[in-house]
Amino acid sequence: MNGKTSLVSTLLSLFLIGNLAACGTTQPQGESGDNQQVEIFSWWTGAGEEAGLNALIEQFEKKNPGIEVKNAAVAGGAGTNAKATLATRMQGNDPPDTFQVHGGSELNDSWVAAGKMKPLNDLYEQEGWKDTFPEELIQMVSRDGNIYSVPVNIHRGNVLWYNKKVLDQHGIDPPKTFDDFFDAAEKLDKEGITPLALGDKEPWASTHLLETVLLGKLGPEGYSNLWTGELSFDDPKVKDALKTFKKMLKYTNQDHAARNWQDASQMVARGDAAMNIMGDWVKGYLTTDLKLEPGKDFGWTPTPETEGSFMVITDTFGLPKGAKNPEATKKFLKMLGSVEGQDTFNPLKGSIPARVDADKKKYDAYGKETMEAFKESKLTPSLAHGSAAPEGFVTEANQAVNTFVTQGHVDSIANRLKQQFESYK
Amino acid sequence: MIPIEPIRLQGAIHLTSHRMEMHQRVDISRKPAPKPGWKRGEKWAGLLLLCPSILAIAVFVYGFIGWTGVVSLTRWNTLVPDFTFVGLQNFVALFQDFRFQSDLRNTLVFTVFFILACLVIGLLLATLLDTRIRGENLFRNLFIFPMALSLIVTGVVWQWIFNPSTGVNLFLKKIGLEEPPVWYVDTRILPGVEWGRIEWGIPVALIAVVVAAVWQLSGFTMAMYLAGLRAIPDELREAARVDGAGEWQIFRRVIFPLLRPITLSVVIILGHISLKIFDLIVAMTGPGANYVTDVPGVYMFETTFRGNHYAQGAAIAVIMLFMISLLIVPYLLSGMRKEADR
Repeated sequence: MNGKTSLVSTLLSLFLIGNLAACGTTQPQGESGDNQQVEIFSWWTGAGEEAGLNALIEQFEKKNPGIEVKNAAVAGGAGTNAKATLATRMQGNDPPDTFQVHGGSELNDSWVAAGKMKPLNDLYEQEGWKDTFPEELIQMVSRDGNIYSVPVNIHRGNVLWYNKKVLDQHGIDPPKTFDDFFDAAEKLDKEGITPLALGDKEPWASTHLLETVLLGKLGPEGYSNLWTGELSFDDPKVKDALKTFKKMLKYTNQDHAARNWQDASQMVARGDAAMNIMGDWVKGYLTTDLKLEPGKDFGWTPTPETEGSFMVITDTFGLPKGAKNPEATKKFLKMLGSVEGQDTFNPLKGSIPARVDADKKKYDAYGKETMEAFKESKLTPSLAHGSAAPEGFVTEANQAVNTFVTQGHVDSIANRLKQQFESYK
Repeated sequence: MIPIEPIRLQGAIHLTSHRMEMHQRVDISRKPAPKPGWKRGEKWAGLLLLCPSILAIAVFVYGFIGWTGVVSLTRWNTLVPDFTFVGLQNFVALFQDFRFQSDLRNTLVFTVFFILACLVIGLLLATLLDTRIRGENLFRNLFIFPMALSLIVTGVVWQWIFNPSTGVNLFLKKIGLEEPPVWYVDTRILPGVEWGRIEWGIPVALIAVVVAAVWQLSGFTMAMYLAGLRAIPDELREAARVDGAGEWQIFRRVIFPLLRPITLSVVIILGHISLKIFDLIVAMTGPGANYVTDVPGVYMFETTFRGNHYAQGAAIAVIMLFMISLLIVPYLLSGMRKEADR
C-alpha cells in the first residue's frame, strides 16, 4: 500500500514539475507584423446571426488585408456552452482577442470586476462614440467611469406579440394595461383559445415574463432601483407584481414546461394562442422561419404598462487583457461600432443597431418602429439575460421562478429573491 | 446451491457486453490472476508498458478527482477563482437547498424504478428468447438495438412521444380518453410527504423518463440474462425435471439462483448509469417545472457553467461520486476478495 501511494505521489509531482517548466517557456507572444490575426469569440451560430457575423468578417478582411479573422463561435445552449468555454480560457490566461458579452452585469460584475478587461475610453473619444450611442447604453458597458465594450446590436425584451386575426375575430384591441390584458385573457379563455403562450422548458422564459411584469408594475425607475438595492424584493409593490405574474400564469398553456420559446411563438403564429411575451428575436423566427408578414399576420405592442420603457438586451464586444493582437482587435472593434458595421450586421440578425444615427432604410417595419422607441424610451437592463444582476443571481432567480410557477407562494419567492440578492451585493 | 463455472459464464458476458466500458473493468478484476513465474525482464517490460496508462489515469482520473474535492471546499463561487478554505459550507448549503433535495429524491426514485423495470423486462425477454423460438436472432437484435443510440437521441424522440399536446396523447384522445396524462409536465408528487424543504414521494413526471431509459437499456439486461441462461447446463434442468419439478419451480429454484451474479452485475452497471444520468434529462425534459425531473448531474452543470458556482458544482460532483462509490466499492471489494481466495 505504501509503495503504491509513493508511486502515485511521485508521478503527480513529476507532472506538476513538468507543468511549471512548461509555464516558463510557452508564454503567449504578442506577435506583430504582417500576418496578424483577430480571434472573435461568440455564440452566433443561428441562421441570421451567423450570416451577420460572416458579413462583418468579410467586410473587415476586405478593408484590412493583412489581418486574418478567426471565427471562434461555440454553438448551443443560448450561449451557455460558449460562456463555459470562455470562462475556462479566461481563467487559463488564454483569452480570445474579443468576445461576445451582454452589456450590463454580465460584463461589469464579472470580467471587468475581475480586472480582466482593458478600458476602451480612447477608442470612444477617437471615434466620437459618446454622442452616437445613448448615454444609458454607455452606462451599461461602463464601470467606475471607464468604458469596457462596444455594443453591436439591440434587442427589445418587453414586447407582446399577438396573432392579428385572432384578436380581430374576438374584437380585442392589443392590451395596453394589465386590466386590458386580463379582460382580453378572460374573453379568449372562454372561447377556448390559450390567451398567453409560454414555453419555459428553459426556465429563463418565465423569468423573462416576470421581468416585464415587474417593469410594468414598478415603472422604469422602480425597476432599476431593484438592481441598485434601493427597492427590496419583499416590497409590497414587488409582491403585487408577483401576484399579477401569478395571475397571468393562469392564462398560459398547460404544457408550457414542455415547450421552448420557439414553440410558444409558433402557437401564436398558428392561432392556437393569442399572445406571447418574449424578446424581439421572435420577429426573426416568425418572419424567417415561419414566413409570416409583420403587421399583417402578427402584431406587436409593448408589454402591459411598459410603453416608454425599453428592456435592453445588447450584445457587446470588449478587449480582454492578454489578448494577443490588441491593435488588430481595436480595428475590428472600430468597425463593429461604425454605422457601416452595425448596418451590415443588424438587418441580417433581425436586431436594431445600438447607434442612434444608423440608416433606417435598411430595416423593416418593426425595426423602424423599434429604433424610434429605442431613442425615446427609458432603457432598463434585463434580468433574464444577465444585464441587471450577476450570473449567479440570475441562476438563483431562475430557480426561484421555476418553483414559483408551480407552487405560487408569493411570500416565499419574495424572501428568497431578497436573500439571494443580498448575498450577491 | 450448485456453483456455476465462473470462467465460462464470464466469457459469455464478455462476448455480449464488450462495448460496455464499465464491464470491461469488472471483467478484469474477476479474471483469474496470471500464473507467476515469468522472467524478471518480462516483469519490468510489463511495468514499463503499463506506465503511460498508469500515469494518465493518475493525473486525469485521480488527480482531477482530488482537485474537484479541493475545489468543493473553497469559496470559488464566482468567475474568478477564490481558493479560500470554507470547510463543508458548500455541502451544507446544498443539503438545505430545495433544488438539491429534489434532485436526491428524483435520483432515488429514478434509480429504483429504472433498475427494477430493466431487470423484470430483461429477464422476461431473455426467458422467452431462451425457449429457442424461430427468428431468435432477429428478436435479439431488435431488443438490443436501442442501446446503440445515444441517450440524447432517445431523449429527443421520447420528448416528442410524451409531449402532452402533440405526442401519444393525440392517439389517446382519438380513442376516447378525455383527459390523457400530461406525462413529464405533471407536477404532482405522490404521495407527497413534506420533509425538509420538499415533498417526498414519486414525481409522476419521472415515470415518462423512466420509460425512455428502460426502453433504451432493457435490451442490454436481456442480453446479459440470455448469456447467463445459456451458460446454465441443460443437465441441471433435466435433473430437476427428473426429480419432478414443474417449469415454474425449475425457474424459481434452479435458474433464478444461478442468475444471481448476472443480476448483481446488471444492477451495478445500470445503477452507475442512472446515478450519473444527465444527457437523457437534458434532451428530454430539462429540470422540469418545480424540479420534478431534475437530477444532480443537470444541477451540477447549470450551477457551474451558468451560475459560475464552481465550488458548489464541485461539491455536487463529490456527492455524486460518493453515491456511486456506495454502489461500486462493495462490489469491487468482494471481487478482490474472491481473487485473493483463489
